[in-house]
Amino acid sequence: MAQVSLPADHAAEHEQTSTGLSNRKLLMWSFLGSECLFFGTLISTYLVYRNHSLVGPLPQNVFDIPYTSVSAFVLLMSSLTMVLALAAIQHGNVRQMRVWLLATALLGTVFVSGQVYEFTGFVRDGLSLQKNLFGTTFFVLTGFHGAHVTVGVIMLFSIFLNSFRGKVTQKDSLTVELAGLYWHFVDVVWIVIFTVVYLLPY
Amino acid sequence: MATAERAVYAAQPSHPGSRHYGGIWSWVFTVDHKKIGILYGVTAFVFFMMGGLEALLVRSQLAVPNNTVVTGDAYNELFTMHATTMVFLALMPMSVAFFNIVVPLQIGARDVAFPRLNAFSYWVFLCGGLLINSSFIFGGAPDAGWFGYANLTELPYNHVTHGIDFWILGLQVLGVASMAGAFNFLVTIVNMRAPGMSFMRMPLFTWMTLVTSILLMLAFPVITVALIELMFDRFVGTNFFNPTAGADPILWQHFFWLFGHPEVYILILPAMGIVSDVLPTFSRKPLFGYPVVAYSGVAIGFMAWGVWAHHMFSTGLGPVADSVFSITTMLIAVPTGIKIFNWIGTMVGGSLRFSTPMLFAIGFIAMFVIGGLSGVMLASPPADWVENDTYFVVAHIHYVLFGGTMFGLFAGIYYWFPKVTGRMLDEKFGKIHFWLTMIGMNVTFFVQHMVGLDGMPRRIYTYPSGMGWDLPNLISTIGAFILAASVLVFLYNFASSVRWGTIAGNDPWDGRTLEWTIPSPPPEYNFKKIPIVHARDPFWEQKYPSAGGGHAIPAIAGAAHDAEESGEEEHIHIPDPSIYPFFAAVGFALTMAGLLVSSAPLTAGITTGIMIAPGASLPSWLSVVGLLTMLWGIYGWAFEPVSGY
Repeated sequence: MAQVSLPADHAAEHEQTSTGLSNRKLLMWSFLGSECLFFGTLISTYLVYRNHSLVGPLPQNVFDIPYTSVSAFVLLMSSLTMVLALAAIQHGNVRQMRVWLLATALLGTVFVSGQVYEFTGFVRDGLSLQKNLFGTTFFVLTGFHGAHVTVGVIMLFSIFLNSFRGKVTQKDSLTVELAGLYWHFVDVVWIVIFTVVYLLPY
Repeated sequence: MATAERAVYAAQPSHPGSRHYGGIWSWVFTVDHKKIGILYGVTAFVFFMMGGLEALLVRSQLAVPNNTVVTGDAYNELFTMHATTMVFLALMPMSVAFFNIVVPLQIGARDVAFPRLNAFSYWVFLCGGLLINSSFIFGGAPDAGWFGYANLTELPYNHVTHGIDFWILGLQVLGVASMAGAFNFLVTIVNMRAPGMSFMRMPLFTWMTLVTSILLMLAFPVITVALIELMFDRFVGTNFFNPTAGADPILWQHFFWLFGHPEVYILILPAMGIVSDVLPTFSRKPLFGYPVVAYSGVAIGFMAWGVWAHHMFSTGLGPVADSVFSITTMLIAVPTGIKIFNWIGTMVGGSLRFSTPMLFAIGFIAMFVIGGLSGVMLASPPADWVENDTYFVVAHIHYVLFGGTMFGLFAGIYYWFPKVTGRMLDEKFGKIHFWLTMIGMNVTFFVQHMVGLDGMPRRIYTYPSGMGWDLPNLISTIGAFILAASVLVFLYNFASSVRWGTIAGNDPWDGRTLEWTIPSPPPEYNFKKIPIVHARDPFWEQKYPSAGGGHAIPAIAGAAHDAEESGEEEHIHIPDPSIYPFFAAVGFALTMAGLLVSSAPLTAGITTGIMIAPGASLPSWLSVVGLLTMLWGIYGWAFEPVSGY
């Protein structure tokens, strides 16, 4: 998680590992496997306590599906720009990569900001962490997802800024690829959360 | 032998201006897997002795009826901290010490895949252990059992001390250490095997490390989320386990045991791996049924996920769930039994040498069979309803975790001590240690089966006389002190052998695997040349080519002439020591400790026995310093040029 943008020295290790897969990529995949269980447990908690709240406000009172659909769309589009950023650096086009990285980070920022705005609306409607089981499970689940998006945005900005120091070149495309893996994972988790939390009828 | 020279980091330029730290700093900033392994082992053994002292206090209190050595509250803290310490701070990190020291040597690698992440794991582990244990100083230790069942840990029921808060945050910190270590060893084993070291040629200890790493990285997120939920309940007032808001505290049990049962296998599989390496060496025979033993370990790893509710039969899950989990639990005894028969098969017809590692390995089999059988008894719900929460369960887990894991780890200590230090542990004291441990262990725990079936509940701080429990408890306590004596013998042996032990040489046990091909202690770069592996038990095949029938090709010595060799040494890459993992780890722990301090006003608002934070300014201060240190550490780490020499 910490080795967001290691310099290029490890580029040569690619063909030297037993599997041919680079160590860092394998690390990222195992980290994401671990994250599956992390979000799996949070989502399970939400599902176990679904419709168990003793007092309102309930999901049907506060959810604004069209609004959240738009922000979900924004996050999904950021996966597209992430793919384009990776394609750009794999072709050695640093300038184009910067554009798409920035776009990805900004789309992520829009999503997180939208989530913050949505939360403030829910709080105005009387929902809080302490109010009922829905508030408890909803805020902690979506809050941890939002925190993951935020970490991703920081990673993307770090790579973006680092590229101006000449540290992100074609042979460092793995760094961008790893950030991309993380980013796509966070998007996929949101598809699951959006489905089970917002779209399943209450 | 051009193919033989495959230095892992050969392509990297060696930097002339490498950093170097001397004295204690060479340990603090080290990224060498062997040094980190030693740090892990020594730290874990210190925690092991702390946990042992807690156990001695527990046993002293229970020696006679109506005893008053400790109060009921202190007793709750002692058994909670005994179990927490033994599981998270002693047995697991002692296994990790072996992962660190042995795995890269067994697979023919120069280090682990991520040396700095490895250092980070150790320092996070140490900070987590200190954080949990500092609760003794700051007013009160956790007192709700190592399983921390919800309700017992919820604020309305547990607010006299901050013990539970220390426990929550300490375990979160330890979880990060375990997961970082698990990722590291998974990648190391999958990716850094020497050429020819296919999965089916890996030594069994490496195999079990792989399975354990997968279990660790999948099980710890579950407990992390459960702890986060409990933390939110206590710090922020959420309702995850609050029945008055409609929540179900049983959910905690599901999450805890969904983690907790794989955790049991995380504790036992490394010991099984050690035993699977020790037995063939001291039987001078290949492991009987190698693929079956390896696959049994994998099968145990899979099935570990389907048995958790056998810890919860008495919560009223209903007959269907009880039956399913009863059957899966009995099924998991099958791969375990297969391993036991294969170990026995390994010894049959071998030329056995009863050195201390072998004694502990055989002791492991015997004790683990007893613990396994009582486990199968507990797997039957009707029997479990009688035995649940009695000393029968205490006897079971100690036969598995002490008779099993700890015997396996002792076998490993005696087996690999010469490789790490270059000197042998003394055999005479080793045998005294073994027999004292064996006798002490059985005297302590065997009677607990009977007193448990007789109805003595666990976790009671005293009992009246005349229940028929007096004599068994006294015997148990005597056994505990025999065990303490055995540890003293071991300590003496360890301390004297480090200095004056017989020089071991490369291969004191006539070993079979790659770690015995290199000098003891191994040079910093481990292998002058990365070996090429042509067989299972590669070193044995090299020494006794006729025995295996395969064509044996020298693994390391090769045909290299001097000039070539000196030329290659330039390619050996040793990663530089780094200051960042240490600071990232300390910063992380401070951040968590800061959370704890800032929670003080909240919890103290209800009623308070202690005050951690006298002033309100302290919380933000500590957390902010911790957070900044951690961020600085992580960024410094991420942008640190990967150099070496």
